[in-house]
Amino acid sequence: MIVDDIQSLRRILKENRTIAMVGLSERWFRPSNFAAKYLQEYGYRVIPVNPNYESILGEKCYPRLEDITEPIDVVDVFQRSEVVVPIAHSAINCGAKVLWLQLGVFNHEAEELAAQAGMDVVVNRCMKIEHARLFGGLNFIGVDTKVISSTRSTWVN
Amino acid sequence: MADREFGIETLCLHAGQLPDPATGARVPPIYQTAAYVFDSADHAASLFNLQTFGNIYTRIMNPTNAVFEQRMAALEKGRAGVAVSSGMAAQLVALLTILQAGDEVVSAKTLYGGTHTQLAFNFRKLGIDATFVDSDVPDNFAAAITPRTKCLYVESIGNPASNIVDFEAVSEIARVHGLPLIVDNTFATPYLCRPFEFGADIVVHSATKFICGHGTSIGGVLVESGKFPWDNGNFPTMMEPSEGYHGIRFYETFGDFGYTMKARCEILRTFGPTLSPFNSFLFLQGLETLHVRMDRHVENAKAVAEFLENHSAVDWVSYPGLKSSPYFDLAQKYFPKGASAIMSFGIRGGVESCVRFIESVQFLSHLANLGDAKTLVVHPASTTHRQLDEDAQKAAGVQPNMIRISVGLETIEDILWDLDQALDASQNL
Repeated sequence: MIVDDIQSLRRILKENRTIAMVGLSERWFRPSNFAAKYLQEYGYRVIPVNPNYESILGEKCYPRLEDITEPIDVVDVFQRSEVVVPIAHSAINCGAKVLWLQLGVFNHEAEELAAQAGMDVVVNRCMKIEHARLFGGLNFIGVDTKVISSTRSTWVN
Repeated sequence: MADREFGIETLCLHAGQLPDPATGARVPPIYQTAAYVFDSADHAASLFNLQTFGNIYTRIMNPTNAVFEQRMAALEKGRAGVAVSSGMAAQLVALLTILQAGDEVVSAKTLYGGTHTQLAFNFRKLGIDATFVDSDVPDNFAAAITPRTKCLYVESIGNPASNIVDFEAVSEIARVHGLPLIVDNTFATPYLCRPFEFGADIVVHSATKFICGHGTSIGGVLVESGKFPWDNGNFPTMMEPSEGYHGIRFYETFGDFGYTMKARCEILRTFGPTLSPFNSFLFLQGLETLHVRMDRHVENAKAVAEFLENHSAVDWVSYPGLKSSPYFDLAQKYFPKGASAIMSFGIRGGVESCVRFIESVQFLSHLANLGDAKTLVVHPASTTHRQLDEDAQKAAGVQPNMIRISVGLETIEDILWDLDQALDASQNL
């Protein structure tokens, strides 16, 4: 199912802790590296997928999703929109529960494939930004989180 | 379930704040602290690298200020905001985030006097040039754009002449030239007009005015729409590694809030116009009733405008909500709920009569502010626009016999009574 609402995004970020990041860069100032470093700090296991590196941020880096031997919850895609379909196939084959396409990444065919296979699909959103939006960080820097609630916040440190 | 789009009244009360995580306090606490502990050396490094979001030092961010910033971003239907110490600082930070020596800004010439001075005098000292154009003709902006131009600048309702710029037309010119349009929305507030809905890219406010609403605090805020394409080739400093913040590429790293992050980390951090969290607290109190106050401000302003238009001691009235105003049609388009509560009028008899009027009001306050709950009057030629010579005053819409009034929330019959007796006195020299 393609999801975009606060409740579903919160559930996805709470229930899924192992993230394969396809296209993660080793360079510290790249957005993918920012996101990975951030997610590690909040207790997520990040598995880098990039044929160009041996390891990134202390984790062994795999050339392809299929090479990963442990269970994956989320396949988080930092790649151009036109190369996403084979990644969606791989994500389904790996048994991942969520296909997450980063900011600027759209592919209708890939989204439909993953949704048909029973995965949750998030499109054109950054996993780090959404975590910060729904669990606290963006509240410190004046970004409109669109969260309206009278429940006490349970922000993570 | 799709997320609900909440109404502006709900946003005035709730946006940006959840009950405090530590205490459950419903009202945003005043976090009166200069700094925040780091959990570890690595945590500190991540914060300074902006790899994780969190509080470092109140000059750059503060949790009370952040509630105010987020509420303003939500009310303007923008992406993110930065609170600063005054409306002047809001302009300064908004402009310096994209301008450097050798660049130009094209601005409407009808501006608050302080803004005109900031652009024409202070910015020139920094090597930044301003071109001022007659904003009644939007094409004047296009004609003034040069290869050095980096942004266009207007007030949604001009101070003090209450002229209205057709800023949707100006935003189209900005879009065609790949430049952001900055709109000062102080007079209107987001309750009466949201410039992003008409193509603006950055909004600035003096929060001192209607946002505060009670004349208690000086402050400002800038908000970005999140929609401007900073990668269009005109803004290398948004794209290239920042020399001012150890190599961060703001647009690539933060995307649709990259501009406000640059404003915060490069300009607010080093120039230092930080807002006090106590002032943010008072602005948040003000915002909770913004919608109710603005409706009454507008209602009273209409009554005052009609009264003045029919008074024998008044030569002319400039209020865009009047049918006689040349800006009436634009006001209907941009401010359907009312064209704010500031107007100017000319007193028969000139400067002497203006002085007599100002000295004769009984409870209307003679001071250089606007947007207070109390009714305020001022003679711009001798106060707010005094630094301009007569030609520049005329260009800014200031005439020698002009009084500016910011209509407040007192009993309307009392406001009209005080105006009437002071106008009568102005004619008995």
